[in-house]
Amino acid sequence: MKKMIIALAATAALLGGFASGVQAQDKTKVCFIYVGSKTDGGWSQAHDIGRQALQEHFGDKIETPILENVPEGPDAERAIERMARSGCGMVFTTSFGFMDATVKVAEKFPDIKFEHATGFKSAENLATYNARFYEGRYIQGQIAAKMSKKGVAGYIASFPIPEVVMGINAFILGAQSVNPDFELKVVWANTWFDPGKEADAAKALIDQGVDILTQHTDTTAPMQVAAERGILAFGQASDMIAAGPNTQLTAIVDTWAAYYIKRVQAHLDGNWKSEQIWDGLKDGILTMAPYTNMPDDVKAMAEETEAKIKSGELHPFTGPVKKQDGTEWLAEGQKADDGTLLGMNFYVEGVDDTLPQ
Amino acid sequence: MLEAILLTVITAATPLVIAALGELVTERSGVLNLGVEGMMIMGAVSAFAATQITGSPYIGVLAGIAAGGAFSLLFGFLTLTLVANQVATGLALTILGLGLSGQLGESFVGQPGIKLQPIVVPLLSDIPFMGRLLFQQDLIFYLSIALVVGINWFLFKSRTGLKMRAIGDNHASAHALGINVIRTRYLAVMFGGACAGLAGAQLSLVYTPQWVENMTAGRGWIALALVVFASWRPLRLLAGGYLFGAVSIGQLHAQAFGIGIPSQVLSALPYVATIVVLIIISHNRRTTLINTPASLGKPFVPER
Repeated sequence: MKKMIIALAATAALLGGFASGVQAQDKTKVCFIYVGSKTDGGWSQAHDIGRQALQEHFGDKIETPILENVPEGPDAERAIERMARSGCGMVFTTSFGFMDATVKVAEKFPDIKFEHATGFKSAENLATYNARFYEGRYIQGQIAAKMSKKGVAGYIASFPIPEVVMGINAFILGAQSVNPDFELKVVWANTWFDPGKEADAAKALIDQGVDILTQHTDTTAPMQVAAERGILAFGQASDMIAAGPNTQLTAIVDTWAAYYIKRVQAHLDGNWKSEQIWDGLKDGILTMAPYTNMPDDVKAMAEETEAKIKSGELHPFTGPVKKQDGTEWLAEGQKADDGTLLGMNFYVEGVDDTLPQ
Repeated sequence: MLEAILLTVITAATPLVIAALGELVTERSGVLNLGVEGMMIMGAVSAFAATQITGSPYIGVLAGIAAGGAFSLLFGFLTLTLVANQVATGLALTILGLGLSGQLGESFVGQPGIKLQPIVVPLLSDIPFMGRLLFQQDLIFYLSIALVVGINWFLFKSRTGLKMRAIGDNHASAHALGINVIRTRYLAVMFGGACAGLAGAQLSLVYTPQWVENMTAGRGWIALALVVFASWRPLRLLAGGYLFGAVSIGQLHAQAFGIGIPSQVLSALPYVATIVVLIIISHNRRTTLINTPASLGKPFVPER
């Protein structure tokens, strides 16, 4: 319904544009498309917080219309095209599944600058941007290994795509750096967004004996279950401390604001170029929520690791690392290259799960 | 361990059973309302909002029931009074409900919810194993069981139930016999809406005490499917709902346990298992035909 209202508004704006002879172009339109609702408490909300900061930064100079709850699939292309036709100067499509749709629409509108989050297909007028979430996962793994009494954590995963597999591997590598025998149980919810199912997965993992939870799904339901059962957990995409004041250890918080401001500034200055950005903790594109509910020495360790990752002294994927089947992946001191990470389809040693192919 | 699993199963199955029971009654009266998902989400948001405002989840439960019932009236008015197409109207109800609930609930997103607490039944709850499972539950679970028993009695043992089934099978004949078709159908539609609203309240007060947009995540559609697979029989529906819940939860445990079956296969299991079992129990074509409301989805315009 909301989509329809926005669509109607967009159509009205378009007609209005024709009628008044497109002289209302003094404001640049920067458009955003979300896969979830702007208040999902996770992924899409993080993008919307970035958008709000962007709007505030540029004030009257720009407009930032949004389209939310756009399903990945055939609808996405229509939604993006509709946005493009409504006079947007820039369009940010903020979900991996919008990739092909964005590519197609970008071809049709060469004068509009497109930016796609977390994808790998680019063009002259299509840039991609992503964050090295695995850096945060590594820190979480270290904290989990320190805080878990049983030495086993639970991981609620969404879909077996490289992004998620990379996160699982980074988590276990971080944990093993503290406790080489640390175990990780993985449950695939096969959804990004289903509070009930995410809660069920959390309960199943806790009943199977994990005492720390981490998630790669979008709602705060697992955090809530963890709080109810009295175990510890990590938040995802947004700071989830409200759902578990005595539960959240930290959260990976996506902070897109600085990136959005930088790119829109470039567009306004006329020097926007298509780039493939993959920034990390040091660039501030992801930040760690305050380290809470842990003793000072664990907090100190987490902060130290964070500093080392920022300075480049530590790369979470540094050898020696073996694959799950025991074959060597990274030799002593060898660092994983970005290409391998972005196409990651295997587990490292220590994950107690069979990777769905 | 088994107890923990079963407790999770009960929580997962309860909203499906309640929403499906409501739809079962609606369909038995000959009306097909595909708007279960929309009514459910309206129930969820209203229950959550009322609870946050008043501080009492019981008022929340009432608000959920009322919201679902009121929302279904819209469907009733369009399809029964204006004789609009039931399938199209039902779909519109779902889309409207999902959008409207998002709008209404916007200010409640991210607020920690208040959980509907269990009511411990004295004595019975002391029974080993079963007592903990069945007699230390929340109000909505008790209601779901009462509804199954009550509806089963109503449909097959009461005169009013018989009349309602007659309308569902042949509204013209029922009308000729002097039964008020439209009024009965209005009541059946509202009962279905109230049940969907109650199921929604279970989601936002018990299952995951929080409000997020689209939190029903397709459960209304599963409820609709359950009605058909249960061949419009309440007891089969209960079995189907719990089977679906059990396999859904079981597959998560299987994954956590690490049994090495691909998670996609495991995720499909609840659907496959439910379909297979319900096909087996309803394999007799004759009884299935007898149970199917013959004028389901057909519009009724009373002749003068």
